[in-house]
Formats: sequence, structure tokens, C-alpha cells
Amino acid sequence: MRKAAEWQLALPLALAFASIFLAPLLMLVGVSFFNDDKITQPGFGQWAKFLGDPFSYKVIADTMLLGVKTVCATVLIGYPLALVYLDASPRVQKVLIFIIVMPLLLSVVVRTFAWIVVLGREGVVNTVLMQIGVISEPLRLLQTELGLVISLTQIEMPLMLLPLISVMSRLDPNMRDASAALGASRWRTLFTVIVPLSMPGLVAGCLLVFASSTTAFISQTVIGGVRLIYLPLLIWQQSLVVFNWPLAAVVSITLLVSVLSVVSALSYLGRRSSGYLHG
Amino acid sequence: MQSTPAGRTLDVEDLTVRYGQALAVDGVTLAIEPGEVVALLGPSGCGKTTLLRVIAGFVRQAAGRVRVDGAPIDHLPANQRNIGIVFQNYALFPHMTVAENVAYGLRARGVRGPEVQARISRFLDVVQLGGFRERLPRQLSGGQQQRVALARALAVEPSILLLDEPFAALDRNLRLDMQIEVKRLQRTLGLTTILVTHDQDEAMSVADRIAVMNKGRVEQFDKPVAIYDRPQTLFVNGFIGTTNLLNGKVSAREGGTATVALDAGATLRLPASADFGLGAPVLLSVRPEQLALSSVPGPECWRVEPGLSLPLGAQLVHEARTTDGVSLKIVESRRAEPPSAGRVYCTLTDDARPTLFPRST
Ligand SMILES: Nc1ncnc2c1ncn2[C@@H]1O[C@H](COP(=O)(O)OP(=O)(O)OP(=O)(O)O)[C@@H](O)[C@H]1O
Ligand SMILES: [Mg+2]
Repeated sequence: MRKAAEWQLALPLALAFASIFLAPLLMLVGVSFFNDDKITQPGFGQWAKFLGDPFSYKVIADTMLLGVKTVCATVLIGYPLALVYLDASPRVQKVLIFIIVMPLLLSVVVRTFAWIVVLGREGVVNTVLMQIGVISEPLRLLQTELGLVISLTQIEMPLMLLPLISVMSRLDPNMRDASAALGASRWRTLFTVIVPLSMPGLVAGCLLVFASSTTAFISQTVIGGVRLIYLPLLIWQQSLVVFNWPLAAVVSITLLVSVLSVVSALSYLGRRSSGYLHG
Repeated sequence: MQSTPAGRTLDVEDLTVRYGQALAVDGVTLAIEPGEVVALLGPSGCGKTTLLRVIAGFVRQAAGRVRVDGAPIDHLPANQRNIGIVFQNYALFPHMTVAENVAYGLRARGVRGPEVQARISRFLDVVQLGGFRERLPRQLSGGQQQRVALARALAVEPSILLLDEPFAALDRNLRLDMQIEVKRLQRTLGLTTILVTHDQDEAMSVADRIAVMNKGRVEQFDKPVAIYDRPQTLFVNGFIGTTNLLNGKVSAREGGTATVALDAGATLRLPASADFGLGAPVLLSVRPEQLALSSVPGPECWRVEPGLSLPLGAQLVHEARTTDGVSLKIVESRRAEPPSAGRVYCTLTDDARPTLFPRST
């Protein structure tokens, strides 16, 4: 009786998921198996067209590479930041958490346009660098992959920091002291104790940043421009510019599968290292 | 690194630690002999852990000095002090096996190869965990984890061993076993050891000397028996063992002896220092086993209202109330025949050593 009642409680959610998530997904898969943009002739034509074109593979690779670069940048900057947070006094921690969460309260559009101001020809970066004489010509940052990675790093940083900090602050602080008392230097403590034990948070952060940056259509198009082509832009062009929905469906499924395979590989690594946390 | 560490002296001089404005440790001085076990005993929050953390190098003192074998160690970071510490929660590395935990300090010191394996085996045998090398900490019981933490601290052959309430999480039987174990190890290695505890029985049985702490200060630093028999302050008197406090006044003085008139209605002649002048209000502290009930009145007896009597093992605990309203505990050994009725007078036993404390009025 009890058991039955419990799964019935999950029913509304399950129905909602089925109707607004699963059904459209199935329709998407269905649509991809039509040859023409009027969706009348079933066939593998669009798949053959997309997968037969070497350009497609370049876009897939570029998209995944963008994700990898953003993940690397957020780890390199985010991990030391998380360590600083951990060492800070409770008062400073409160301020830091506010600063970390604040970007999430702003719309992605606003944050993206802010980066245009920062990275533009006459933007903050170029002005400062020219005035201190590091460069004589303004750098081209907008519509380059470098500029895009820089802004995505800032935009996705909360997704890296929040899981990292939540896992790290659950670590027993005595562990670091124990390591020091046993004669270990700070670096040895970091790499043999703190990094292995914070792995679950690190993996969760990478996962979120990767999934979010590879699909960040607005930032990719506004900062990257039309010359940098990633899968989301391709989907937008096919569905809303040339109205070839079957091809748009093919690209969507490709994006979904590529992101999912990287994410599940990462979360497999995460699960293997998650057994060491304290309650 | 020599293989058997000779005992080192440990001197804590005038140590003061502040957290913000609050004083956590307030001018503590301890001179600890080589190979000695000293217990830090005191109520929660009195600064015991803080004192250990300064000695280990995790916390900086505001003033004072720590010396090992006469040499100051205050300028050394924790990882260069060679001081072993076992934390209350053990703080084992959860992602490493028992053997890796024990090897951790050796590797950090650059010990390599067969020497590491030999030391792992030696110290795991010492704590009787030879068969548990490949287990992870979470696959061990609390007592086993505690022994791994001990082996890990001992494997690097520290000059000083610090134990922060190492037995608190263990049940009674295991605790006794571990106390004996630690004492045995400490003795064979000749390690100077500080043991933090708030269990006075533990301090009494394991330590060579006890430092009783209160509010960041050391109230008395002495042998266990001396602490019990000759408490120097009212705090120590109340904190160690059970005691009865009686109000009185010094009614006469001659040489080293004072005559004390108790408010309960008796006159006692006691040895007293010159601090207790004529007419000074005093508190008389007597242990329950140093009081006796009798049925005959006398000048050194005071009238009590007998209350409950409870058998406690081989002893009988009596409750009694004096005429001025103080509740007394009296312990006597249980005799075969029941005690005679009408024992309404209380007095000191012949071997009683009551202590006098000044009383503020
Ligand atoms: N990191 C800290 N920041 C601020 N105050 C602290 C800190 N650690 C300890 N204190 C304060 O210092 C005082 C001494 O603490 P300490 O941990 O040394 O007590 P303790 O004797 O070990 O107590 P317990 O028996 O409960 O472990 C306490 O009043 C405590 O509140
Ligand atoms: Mg403590």
C-alpha cells in the first residue's frame, strides 16, 4: 500500500516530463528521418547529407574544442579561487559567495553585451593595453575564439565554483593539518589530499561548464560572430533562416549525442571518486 | 633520522593565544620532562585544543615561546616541527588504504623503497593491525581507525606526541584497552606525550602529571595524587573528584594551626597557612570518604539530618543535611551488619586531609 502510494506521488512529474520533454524529443528524432523540408518523404537523406560533408565534422570538432577550452580555463582560474574561498574567514566567505553567485542573477544577454564593451576595438582591454604600451595596434578579440573563451569563462564560472566549493567545504579541515604535521609541504598536501578528495566537485563543475558552453548560442553568436560556426548556430540557421527542419533536427541530435557522450564519460569518472566524502 | 627517538623536553613558556579579542590561552607555562605523559584536563572551551594546535604549529601565539630540548620551534612551520598529532576525529586520509596512510609521512620525508614497507609493517604490528593493510579507513571500526591514526603519527618517529581526546569516541572497554596500549607504546618509545582529555579518570590513570586548565589558564600542574589530595584552587578542588564544602571562620590561630568554627556547629583544629588570619571567612573542602557518621556528640562533631543511603559497589553513600542547610555526601565501606540507628552526628575521619580555601563574603 505504502509503496504504491509513493510512486503515485511521482506520477504528475513523470507525466509532465513525458509530455514536455520526451515527446518533443521523439518528434525531433522522427523529423530527422525526412528527406525534404516540407516533411513529406521519409528517408535518410538529411543524415546522409550532414554526415557526408567534411564541414560538419569540423563544426562538431570546433564545438567540442570550445567546450574543452572553456572547461580548462574555468578549472585553472576556478580551482585556486575555491582554495582562496576555503581559507577565507567566514565574513569574507559571505562576500565571496555573493560575488560568485551574482553573475547568475544577470541575464546571459546582459553579460554577453558587457563583454562586447570590454573586448571591443576601443574596449577596456585594448585601451588599457595600449596606454601602458604593451601593444600599439588594438587587438582583435571580438569574433575570435580567444575572445569567446574569455567571456564564456567568466559567464560559466559560477557553474564551476559552486560544486567545487560545496564539496571542498565538506572536507575535514584537520586533514590538512594532519598532512602538515606528517611533514608534507603545502603543494604535496594540495596534490595528494585536497585535489583527490575534491574530485567529485571538480568533475561536476567540468560537466556543467562543458554542457553549458557548448550550447551557449547567444554568447557564441554575439561574441563569436558569424565567422565562428558552432553546432547551435547551424541549428538556428537551418530551423529559422532556411526552414530546413529535418536538417536542423539532424544537427540537434548530433549536438545532443556529442555533449551527452562527453558528459557521461566525465560523470563515470566522478562516480568512481565520490566515495570518500564525509556525510 | 635515528631509529629510537630519545625523550625530549618540551617547554611552554608564558603562552598566550587570542582569537580576535577573546583570550583562548592565557599565559600558560609548562615544563615537561623527557618521556613524560602530561594530561591537559579541563572543561569544554578552556583552551586545551588551542594549546596543542600552537605546539603543533597550526596556530600562531600572540605571545610566549615553545621549546623542544631547549631550542625554540616557534619560527618553524608545522611540517618541519616533527611533532606527531592524533586528532579527536582521527583525520585519516579516506582515499588511501591503511598502509598508504601510514606511509604518507614517510614519503613526505623522502623515505623510499623497502624502508617504507619495513616501517609500515613494524608500526602496524605495534598497533596490532598487521592484517588490515589494504583496507580503506571507512572499512574499519572506530577503535581500529584510532590505532591507524596512532601508527601514522608514530611511523615518522616524532620527537613529541600530541593526543587530542583520542579515546573520546570509543566505548568503555575499548577505551581501557587503548589507554593501556598507548601507555605501553609511549613507554617503549620513550616519547614525551601530551594527552588532552576531559575525563578525569583517564587523566589520573594514564598521566604522570596533570595540568588542570580553566578559562585559558593552568590552575595546577602536579602529580595526579597531589592534585586529588592537595588541590590548590577552589576550581581544581571542585573539578577533580567529588567534594563537600562547609562554611566557617577562623576563630583562633597558633603557629601553623588554625581553629575553624564551622557554621554547621563544630570546631576543628587544622593546619593552615598564615594567609588565613583571625576571623577570616573560609571554605572547608572534605572528600566524601573523609567524613563519618556517629551517634555520639562531641566538640568536633556537627549535627546532621540523615537522608538517603545508597549502596554503590563496595561502598555505601549517605546523604545528609547540616543545620545551616548544606547537603553533604558521605562514603563508607559497606559492613556486614547494618549500621546502628541514631547516627546524627558527622565528623572527620582520622586520616582526613581537608583543604581550606578563602571565602569571599
Ligand atoms: N578558530 C577559532 N576561532 C575563534 N575562536 C575559537 C577558535 N577555536 C577555538 N576558539 C575559542 O577558543 C576557546 C578555546 O577553545 P579550544 O578548542 O581550545 O577548547 P577545548 O579546551 O579544546 O574545548 P573542548 O574540550 O570542547 O574540545 C573557546 O572559547 C573557543 O570558542
Ligand atoms: Mg578540544
